[in-house]
Amino acid sequence: MNAPRGFRVENGELVDIDPLEAMTTPFALHEVAHMAVAAYMATAIAAGSIHAYALWRKAAPAFHRKALGLCLAMAIPCSLVQPAIGHFAGQQVARHQPMKLAAMERLEKTQERAPLSFGPIAIPGALSFLATNDWNARVLGLEEFPREDWPHPIVRYSWLTMVGIGTLLAGWAAWALLRRLRKRAPDASKPFLLTTVAIGPLGVVAIEAGWIVTEVGRQPWTVYGVLRTNDAATPMPNLWIPLVVFSLVYLALSAVVIVVLRRHVRQTVPE
Amino acid sequence: VSAPDLAAFAMLAGLAVYLVTGGADFGAGFWDLVARGPRARDQRRLIEQAIAPLWEANHVWLIFVVVILFTAFPPAFSAAGIALHIPLTILLLGIVLRGSAFVFRQYGGGDAAESRGWGRVFAASSVVTPVFLGVVVAAVTSGEIRVTGGIPTTGFLAGWLGLFPLSVGLLTLVLCAFLAAVYLTVAAGDDLALREDFRARALGTGIALAPCALLAALSAGPATEHFFERFVGSWWTWPLQLATAVSAIGALVALFGRRYHLARVLAVAQATFILAGWGLGQRPYLIAPDVTIHGAASPPQTLSIMLVIVAAGGVLLIPSLYLLFRVFRKIS
Repeated sequence: MNAPRGFRVENGELVDIDPLEAMTTPFALHEVAHMAVAAYMATAIAAGSIHAYALWRKAAPAFHRKALGLCLAMAIPCSLVQPAIGHFAGQQVARHQPMKLAAMERLEKTQERAPLSFGPIAIPGALSFLATNDWNARVLGLEEFPREDWPHPIVRYSWLTMVGIGTLLAGWAAWALLRRLRKRAPDASKPFLLTTVAIGPLGVVAIEAGWIVTEVGRQPWTVYGVLRTNDAATPMPNLWIPLVVFSLVYLALSAVVIVVLRRHVRQTVPE
Repeated sequence: VSAPDLAAFAMLAGLAVYLVTGGADFGAGFWDLVARGPRARDQRRLIEQAIAPLWEANHVWLIFVVVILFTAFPPAFSAAGIALHIPLTILLLGIVLRGSAFVFRQYGGGDAAESRGWGRVFAASSVVTPVFLGVVVAAVTSGEIRVTGGIPTTGFLAGWLGLFPLSVGLLTLVLCAFLAAVYLTVAAGDDLALREDFRARALGTGIALAPCALLAALSAGPATEHFFERFVGSWWTWPLQLATAVSAIGALVALFGRRYHLARVLAVAQATFILAGWGLGQRPYLIAPDVTIHGAASPPQTLSIMLVIVAAGGVLLIPSLYLLFRVFRKIS
C-alpha cells in the first residue's frame, strides 16, 4: 500500500484488478527483508543481553556462555547486514515516496547536491548521493507538496532514532565479531558484557521507530496516492474511546510482561 | 457452484472448525469460572492441562475466516466493521485478555493470589467472548442492519443490541460449554470422580441447548423471516433437522451410557449441523438483507487465486495441526 499497483481507478471504482501484480510492489522486497532481519536482530540482542547480565553476575557461566554465543551468532550478521538493507530501503523510498524522504530529512527546499544535515553540520551532496548514487542529483523538498499534507515531524525524530540505533548496533556487532575472530570468550571483557546488557531493548525500540517512519511518513495516505486516511477511516464517532482503551490494555499487558520477564531472570540469576 | 459460493463455504467451514476447537476452549474457561464443590481445584487443573499445550493455536481458524471475509467479500467486511464496531471491539478485547491471562497464570511465576486473579480474568473473558461471537452471527442474520452504497445506514447499535442477538449469544455460550464438558469427560481419563463431574455438566448443558435454541427462535424479529423461510421450507430442511436431532439425542444417550468417545464424535457432529443450518438459512446473504454473497464478491481473478491458496494452505495447515495435537497428547 506504500506503492500500490495491480489495479486502475476509474470513476472511483477499481478496475483491471491483478492480485499477483499487486504483490510484486517495489516495496515488497525491502520491507520484508528489512523487517525480517530486524526481528531476528532485536530478538537475538534482547535475549543476548539477558545472558550477558547473567554472565556479569557470574551465574552458571557454562550455560550462559553458550546461550550468549548462540545469540551473537544471530545478532552479529543481522546487525552488520541491516544498514545495507536499510540503505536499499531508503533508495526505494526516494524513488517512490519523495514526500516521505523529504519528511525524514526535513528537507524543505528542492535542491541539487542536497546535503545531509545533523544539526549545524551539513555534508553537501551527501543526501543526493545516498538517495540516488549521484552527488549532484535533484532531491524534492517538502515545498513541492501541499503544506497540509506534510507528514508529522515525529517522522524525522523516529528516523534519526532508528538510524542512530542501527549504527550503534552495527558498531557493537563489529566489536563482537572482532572478539570472536580473536577467539576471546564473550564474558572475558567486562565492558563488552555491560554494553551488551545496555543495548538489550534497543533493537525493539528501533523497530518501533522504523514503523513510525514508514506509517506516519506515508500520511495522509492509507493507500499511497489513491486513498486518504480520512476517507479510509470508519464513520464510527468517538474513535478516541477504542484508541484509549486498547492503548491502556496494551500498556498494562506490557507492564505485566516486564514484571514476568524480570521474575524469570531473577530465578536464573540469584541476587 | 460458483467461486463466491465456494469462498462463503470455506468461511463457514472455518467457522465450524473454530466452534468445535476454539469454542470448546472458551467453554473450558466457563467451567473454570463456575468450578464448585470439593473437586473445584482438580477441575481447574484438568482444564488447564487440556488447554495449556495448545492455548491459542485454535484461533488460526478465526483468522482464516476473517482473512477470507476481507479478501473475498471486502464490502461485507467494511460494512460489518462499521455497523458492528462495538461488539467486534468487545470480542477482540475478550480474545486478547483471555489469551494473555491464561499465559500469565500458567507461566507468570506469581503467587497463589496473583494466579487466582489471572484465573478470574481468563474465566470472565472466556464467557464474554463466545457470547459476543454469537451476537455478531445473529446481527448479520437479524435483517436490521441496512447498507446503502456499502455504508451502513442504521447506526452502530442496530442488529446486535436486543433480545434476539443476546439469546443467540447465550446459545453459543451453552454450546461451547457443552462441547468443552464432553471433551473434558474424555480428557479426565481414569479419574472417575472428575469424569462424573463433567458428565453431569455435559448432560446439563446438552439439555439446556433446547430451551436456549427455542428462546433464540422466539425472540427473532420479523426481519429474520428471510432466514426462517429457508430454514423450515427448503429441500435440506428435514435431512438437516433430522441429522441435528439424531446427533443431539445420540450425544446425550452416549453420555448417559458413559460412552465418552462416541459422545465426543456426536457432540462435534451436532455443533457442525447447527452451524450448517445457520449457514444454509443465511444464504444468499452475508449481511441480510442488503449484502449478498454474489453482490459483495471480489472479482473472479482475486477469488480464484484465493481459493487456490486456501486449498494449498489446507494441505499444509491440517497435517501440521494434526501433528501438534498428536505430539501434545502423547506428552500429556
